[in-house]
Amino acid sequence: MRRWFHDSGHLIRPALVLLAAVAVFLLVRAAVTPKDFGKYGHYRPAALTLVRSHPLSYAGQEQCVMCHDDQASARKAGKHAHVACEACHGPLAAHANDPSIQPKLPDVADLCRRCHEKDAAKPSGFPQVVTAEHSGGAKCTDCHQPHNPHL
Amino acid sequence: MAIPGVDGFMYPNEVELQWSLLIVLYPYITGLVAGAFILASLERVFKVEAVRPTYRLALLTALAFLLVAPLPLQLHLGHPERSFEMYLTPHTSSAMAMFGFVYLWYLTVVLLLEIWLEYRADIVRLSRSSKGFARIVYRALTLGSQNLSPASRIIDDKVGYTVTVIGIPSAFLLHGYVGFIFGSIKANPWWSTPLMPIVFLFSAMVSGIAAVLMLYVVSMKLRKTPIDMRCLDTIAKYLFYTFLIDFTLEMLDLIHRTYEADESFRSLDFMVHTRLLFSHVILQIFLGTLLPLALLAATQLWRFTEARRRVMYVTACCCTLVGIFAMRWNVVIGGQLFSKSFLGYTSYKVQFAEREGLLMAIALMILPFVIFVVLVKLLPPWTDRKTT
Amino acid sequence: MDISRRGLFQIGGKLLVLASVGATLEQIVGAETPSDAYKMAEHWWGMLIDIDKCIGCGNCVRACSKENQVPNGYFRTWVERYQVEENKQPVVESPNGAMDGFPPLTRDDIKAFFVPKLCNQCADSPCVQVCPVGATFVSPDGVVLVDKEYCLGCRYCVQACPYGCRYLHPETDTVDKCTLCYHRITQGLTTACCENCPTQARQLVDFKNPQDPVHEFLRKNKVEVLKPYMATQAKVYYKDLDGSVR
Repeated sequence: MRRWFHDSGHLIRPALVLLAAVAVFLLVRAAVTPKDFGKYGHYRPAALTLVRSHPLSYAGQEQCVMCHDDQASARKAGKHAHVACEACHGPLAAHANDPSIQPKLPDVADLCRRCHEKDAAKPSGFPQVVTAEHSGGAKCTDCHQPHNPHL
Repeated sequence: MAIPGVDGFMYPNEVELQWSLLIVLYPYITGLVAGAFILASLERVFKVEAVRPTYRLALLTALAFLLVAPLPLQLHLGHPERSFEMYLTPHTSSAMAMFGFVYLWYLTVVLLLEIWLEYRADIVRLSRSSKGFARIVYRALTLGSQNLSPASRIIDDKVGYTVTVIGIPSAFLLHGYVGFIFGSIKANPWWSTPLMPIVFLFSAMVSGIAAVLMLYVVSMKLRKTPIDMRCLDTIAKYLFYTFLIDFTLEMLDLIHRTYEADESFRSLDFMVHTRLLFSHVILQIFLGTLLPLALLAATQLWRFTEARRRVMYVTACCCTLVGIFAMRWNVVIGGQLFSKSFLGYTSYKVQFAEREGLLMAIALMILPFVIFVVLVKLLPPWTDRKTT
Repeated sequence: MDISRRGLFQIGGKLLVLASVGATLEQIVGAETPSDAYKMAEHWWGMLIDIDKCIGCGNCVRACSKENQVPNGYFRTWVERYQVEENKQPVVESPNGAMDGFPPLTRDDIKAFFVPKLCNQCADSPCVQVCPVGATFVSPDGVVLVDKEYCLGCRYCVQACPYGCRYLHPETDTVDKCTLCYHRITQGLTTACCENCPTQARQLVDFKNPQDPVHEFLRKNKVEVLKPYMATQAKVYYKDLDGSVR
């Protein structure tokens, strides 16, 4: 037995090198891995907080209605009742937080056309026109009031 | 509004390829490692004595390529500095998470240990006879043991045998898991097949054996030493058998797809005939498989002179190495050229000087040979092995 | 210098003990996430899309892009227009993801419709399955998210997603995708796309809320998920989805 140990003793050396490496690895792993990793699943719980901390660009129409309820009631009576404010007016969280920030209304022609230009793929019941033939070059808002557009 | 390079419809995020030339290179390199090691194990475990002259060469080849293997992956990652996370928090449901551990296992417990055991006598001898910096290196490599007694060498031999036996499934795992990485993706019908790990493995063995054959011929030519034809003939024979299995598996996949002709078939078939015509039909099938098979079959069926056989073997191996690279290309790139809607195709433009470009790929392919030369200088494979 | 075998064993043993202690400490000392009004366990998010209501205006694509600073040329959501003719492959287009809507289709002798697409927030997500490090995951409230401080950018998840909803963000070099506006829905708001959809073709739903209209909707309407054979347990349900949709 002792004889065998003497002849194979050199094998201890690579084994020890490996063991030392594994030990170092375990130490590093213990030090570097986030402590609560795995709490909800195989991920860092801090990731949830990170995603949630993203700032808002759209305020949501409940915010708009708090100040602008005249436009909101005009809209409620008409065909655009279910079109959110920011769908046309763009992201307004900045304005909701600081009303001195004045938003700019996008170009009316483009805006209306995106929804109401005639397209065979759109549901047939949806109001759509070939704008080139419809208004003879006039702006949409010349005839239609955007918050209550039906004529 | 047509997108350049796109025919038909692709989901908007699919237009750009995610896995590039470097990801083609990675399975190619690990394939060479696995193949070279299997050739080495032919002698050690299966007692095919004829290939003995290439035993040490095959081990060094495997090591040279294994050291380079992580590099294309690191260059591909968006955050290579975070790659250590695979060791810290490996997600056990991901085949890719296995990479780090399988790689380290294979590098240390299999390859480095086997090389150390094989070369120990030479290392100890060189630690005594060399001077200066080389002496320090060799002394470090002895790991402090100068024991060269005959009994210890017998134990080295036994342990080396065991390591090789463990090494064979380890080599299979090292490359087979890459096949599983592709084969387990149900979202991609070009990749998703249970045959993928097996096809990868056999094509790896083919490329590895061909690589060792080439390196042996080139090394002997450079050293102006006569080539052991019995060794070469035996390697070529095993190459032929392995190639037959590989070819059968790939044909099986093709025939199966064509016969079942599921929804993806029309789209994939079109892709192979157009965007992959050169790389798949010409490079992989004709030049890379049928031609080498014909050459190797001819040497098995008819008698040729030694010189002529050498030419045929070298030609077959060159074609094989190109063909297996083409196979990796067709799997990785091909799998991203068609839309998962089966309604369109995109194109891949290989960049030149970027991080994942052609220049980098060439450098990564040259590097293993540089390392190989260093290893051959450090641990010469040519000394006759003595059992005392 | 000769270290005795015993000496080596002693050193090795000490190192092992140190490593085990370290690993144990890691398990004991965890960090607590701060509690707030939003309880993840009370929600299970998804979305309903009514194909017959979508007008292809692209508002959702623009809104998402602005809300989430989506980089140009990449899409967390997009709209496709299908033209389906008998015995032919459908013709599908999505010009710039429908960021500017669609050029008008005049041909009205065939079936044509719009299909908004986004991450299907799969409960049995193949993308989460393949992430090597745990950088993408299903949150306890059913939203598939990416930890951009942990992601390696290996893009394995991009390959594994059957729906093409993931991409590599060119600035962070990490994978990005629709988060179902997680930062909004956890504050009681709806997603940017649903907020801005003029026809309510897209609606956020909470399956765990017994008052949510989704329950009655699913009972009364015929719905489908995309690629059901992938068995991803997708949570985006489409009403009136045509069989030609891929």
